[in-house]
Order: sequence, then C-alpha cells, then structure tokens
Amino acid sequence: MSIEIKNVAKRFGGFVALDDVSVSIPSGQLTALLGPSGGGKSTLLRIIAGLERADSGRVEIEGLDATDLPPQKRNVGFVFQHYAAFKHLSVHRNVAFGLEIRKRPKAEIRSRVEELLALVHLEQFADRLPSQLSGGQRQRMALARALAVQPTVLLLDEPFGALDAKVRKELREWLRRLHDEVHVTTVFVTHDQEEALEVADEIVVINEGRVEQIGSPDDLYDQPANDFVMRFLGPVTQLGDRLVRPHDLQIHTGAPDPADVTGRITRITRIGFEIRAEITTSDQIVTVTLTRNEFLSLNVEAGSTVQVRVAPQIHAGSATGNRSEILRAT
Amino acid sequence: MAESTAPRVRTGRRPSTYLLRLIVTGYLVLLVAWPVFLVGRNAFADGTTDIQAILDDPDIVHALQLTVLVAIIAVVINTVFGVGISILLVRYTFPGRRLLNALLDVPLSVSPIVVGLALVLVYGGRTGWFGPTLQNAGIQIIFATPGIVLATVFVALPLVIREVVPVLEEVGDEQEQAARSLGANAIQTFRRITLPAIKWGVIYGVVLSLARSLGEFGAVKVVSGNVLGQTRTATLVVEEKYLNFDRGGAYATAFLLALVAVACIIVVSVIRPKDQR
Ligand SMILES: Nc1ncnc2c1ncn2[C@@H]1O[C@H](COP(=O)(O)OP(=O)(O)OP(=O)(O)O)[C@@H](O)[C@H]1O
Ligand SMILES: [Mg+2]
Repeated sequence: MSIEIKNVAKRFGGFVALDDVSVSIPSGQLTALLGPSGGGKSTLLRIIAGLERADSGRVEIEGLDATDLPPQKRNVGFVFQHYAAFKHLSVHRNVAFGLEIRKRPKAEIRSRVEELLALVHLEQFADRLPSQLSGGQRQRMALARALAVQPTVLLLDEPFGALDAKVRKELREWLRRLHDEVHVTTVFVTHDQEEALEVADEIVVINEGRVEQIGSPDDLYDQPANDFVMRFLGPVTQLGDRLVRPHDLQIHTGAPDPADVTGRITRITRIGFEIRAEITTSDQIVTVTLTRNEFLSLNVEAGSTVQVRVAPQIHAGSATGNRSEILRAT
Repeated sequence: MAESTAPRVRTGRRPSTYLLRLIVTGYLVLLVAWPVFLVGRNAFADGTTDIQAILDDPDIVHALQLTVLVAIIAVVINTVFGVGISILLVRYTFPGRRLLNALLDVPLSVSPIVVGLALVLVYGGRTGWFGPTLQNAGIQIIFATPGIVLATVFVALPLVIREVVPVLEEVGDEQEQAARSLGANAIQTFRRITLPAIKWGVIYGVVLSLARSLGEFGAVKVVSGNVLGQTRTATLVVEEKYLNFDRGGAYATAFLLALVAVACIIVVSVIRPKDQR
C-alpha cells in the first residue's frame, strides 16, 4: 500500500470535515476520491500533502510516517484546481522550480524539463508566461511541474474542474494514458462520477466526512454498499421498494408476469441514442432507459400500457460488467 | 487591449464625462498642483541664489543629510516589519488579529504631535517610563537621532502594510502552497514566490513611506530637540527659516523636500507595468 490513512479526523471550528477516515491507497494505481461538494475530499487530499494538519490519526506514504512532516519533506506532487501557476515565471521555469530547489545541475534540469514539456505537449510554449496559456495548457504545465520532482505520489484536486466540458473530457483521457506511461501512484479528487468511473482504477466515495465505500469502478457500480453510493454513481429510479438503475429495467407489452408491474407510458424523451420513458404505475413514476432500437421494436407510444420488471441478469453483473473497460479503451 | 479601450472612448464623448473631468482636474490643480508649483517658483524667485545659499550652509546640509539618513533607516525598518506584519495578517489567523489590524491605523489617525509627546513619555531621558533605564545604559533616545527615527517609523508605519495587504490577499496562497509541495522551505517560498508576487505593492509602499518620512514634521519637532547642526531636520529648517522671515531659504528647502518626494512617486508610476493595479 502506498498511502495509508489511519483514523484521520479534522475539524474546522465546530464543523467536522473528516470523521475517523481510514483508507489504503494502492501503489502505482489511479485512485479517485469521489463525493459531493463539501464532503471533505479536498481536506483529505491536503492532509495527505501536508498542506493541512489532521487533528488526529496518522498518514503513511510508502511506509514512511508522514504525519508530522511539513509538505516540502513529503515528496508529493500536488496539482491545484486553479493551476496555482507561478505567474512571474515562464513555463520552463515553472516546471524547473522543484529541481532548482533541489539544486540539481543546470544541464540535468534543462533536459528533464524539456522531456516533461514534451510529455505534456507544451514544447513550443516553454518561454511563455502562464497568463499566455489556455486553461488546459496551464493545467498540463502544472502537471509537468508536479511530475518534475519525481514525486512518490501525485495528488490532483479537481484538476479539470475549471475547464469546459470538452477539454475536460480530452484531458481526463490524456491523464489516463499519461498514468499508463508514468505509473506514479495518483490520487485525484472529483465530484463527477463519470470522470471517476472512466479514469480510476479504484474509487473512494466520501460523503460528509466519512468513507462510504472503497472499490473498483465495477464494484461500486454493480454492488453499491448503500443507497447513497448507488444514487451518487449513476441515475436511479424506484420500482416498488427497490432502488434500481433505469437501464436495468425492462419493459414489454406481453401478458403480465407475477414479478411485473403494470403502468402507462406518460412521457418519452430522446437523448441521442437513448430513450428515456416515464412510466406511471398505480403508486409511483418509474424511469426506464433503453436504446433506440429496443424502443422501436417494442412498438409503443405515450399512453401505451406496459409491463415493467428488473432485468433478470443484473445480479450477475454481466449487463454492466464490462462497461468501464469499454469506456477506458476509447 | 482593444476591447477595453473601445467602451472608454465611447463614454468619453458624453458631455457629463467632460464636466466631471474638468471638476476633478480643477480641484486637484487648486489644491495640489498650483500650490506646489508656487513653492517651486518662490524657490527660484532670485534665480538659483537661494538654493545655492542653502547648499553652502553646512548646518542646512547637515539637516538635509540627517533627514535623508533618518528617512532611509525608517523606510528599511518599516519595509521589513511591514511585509512581515502583512503576511501575518493575511496568511495566519490568531487571537487579536482584528485588534492588531485596527491598531495599525492609529499612526494615520492620531496627530503626529501626539505621537511625539507619547514617545517622550516613554523614552524621555529623565522622566520617561523607559528612558532613565536606557539613559543609564548610555543610550539616549529623545533629543537624539534614535528618537527622530522612532517618531518617523511610527508615523509611516501603516503605509507599506496598507499597500501590501490587498496584494497578498489578491494573489492568494495557492502559489505558496504549490512551492511548498515542490520542496521549497518557508524562506525559499518567500523569496522565490511571495516577494515577486507582491513586488509592486512593496515598492509603492516604500515610495509612500519615503515621501512621508522625508516630510515628517510634528512628531520629529517634539522628540528631536531641534538642535542646529545636530538634531534639526529639513522640515524643521523650513519652519525656522520661515519664522525668521528668510522666505527664500524656507521655499528653497521646501522645494528640495518636495522635489525628492514627487520624483519618487513619478518614477514609480512610470516604471510600474500597466496591468499591475
Ligand atoms: N479552511 C477552512 N475553514 C473552515 N472550513 C473549511 C475549511 N476548509 C474546508 N472547510 C469545510 O470543510 C468541509 C469540507 O471541505 P472540502 O474542501 O474538503 O470539501 P470538498 O469535498 O473538497 O468539496 P468540493 O467538491 O466543493 O471542493 C466543507 O464544508 C468546508 O466548508
Ligand atoms: Mg474541494
């Protein structure tokens, strides 16, 4: 285990930001801290980096007790949501900063910085100031700067949070590929479940200062530990007293089975290739999503009476088992 | 650049803007520019004879030197402590922080003459609260250069702080945290990251303090003893000459004082990059 967090608690005044948190973060993996706003993700990350002190509990990094170490002695790379670029230094000097502090020979610094700028595709911007870069470029510079010191762990606090949706998506795919090349133990904070599911090897769900669940994207998606995790990781709907994913429901127009619930389609929304049908049963409104082709073959429209049931194979997990693998390959 | 100037040009055409400009300019001319200009004109009323006379008088040259020396010492002290206190105020929370913040405005709000009297009460050689102890140790504060420095430091105390605090608040502490996580210790972080970020705030604070220190009169008058050739500063020379009907000498000295202060401010405004403040 690369990062070991044991019984960490943190208060701000009377407010409990972290309440007895224990997490083990595996070496060489990409781990996401996922949770709603204000849940304590940044606080935990900053405690790992030493930018914040825990009130109690311990932090170990690669077997070394780091609890009482100041940030500069922990050898962690930290990437901030708003880049924290050194505004008065060129891109080259920004990336070189940690190496200059470590008093490495000039020639070594130069070659290492050039190598890193190539890695983040910023070779031609070496002499610019951060203010002359786009947000995405600044964030890549910040990443190169953090990687320059060959950190034991790389910590990223909502690294793509300030970027627009398209750049965000590009950068997270790029981060995944980068990690596959560099293999440094990486922890990144996000409140975007899609980002976590797509990029991470391991996800830690944090809510109200507590760890709700730790597991692989598949574990979390298919076997959520509780309703909170289930709701947070993806869309949910209620059928009878069961909480299910809308795409794990099936509808048919045949004769009702004892397990089926009868209802009437009250609304049909099309989102790209996906059809979302709202079905009003005797006592609730159920949302079902299906592909366009599935929907067309049903031959139903708003007002039709249909039978709803939970797809039988979902407990085996085969319906969604390869989901994140497929996403990751793209 | 182009986008930001375009709307300004448009509003510039409105008559109300012209009127407003006229009022502001007129106000500043009547209150500041014209009187200062007149000091200069009076200084040169007889050509350069008055200035020459001043520069030939060893006592006045001593006074000018003393003023510059005191101002430089005071500015150095105020800059070091000012930057330190600013960082303390902005980056740390501690009990009494707001009280400290309020206290820092005292030197600006209290009359300098009160400052002078207060210093005499504490450091006065014979009756002061602390003075006799120092006197016995061979250190004279009041009626000597240390007293003048002390008074000058006091009155110019908040100027660096009031310039640096908003800049520190604006740049935030993320860059400093990034530097720490990259291995820089506190001193390295300050020198490489914080100082360059607040550079212009510090420079502007230094210039204001310098101008203020050169021109301090009331507090210095009380604590200096005003001994010719020893503790008489340039501002005290101006008063002395003025009261003794040596108008030419008074204006010439005043002109030199104003010249240095105004020159500092102009130089800084010119070299300061446009996008800062
Ligand atoms: N310096 C601080 N002083 C007081 N309260 C703080 C401080 N830092 C964080 N908090 C509080 O602690 C809680 C957790 O904050 P944290 O920044 O860790 O949340 P987060 O999970 O990162 O949320 P977000 O996704 O919005 O960034 C919040 O309720 C926040 O208000
Ligand atoms: Mg956060």
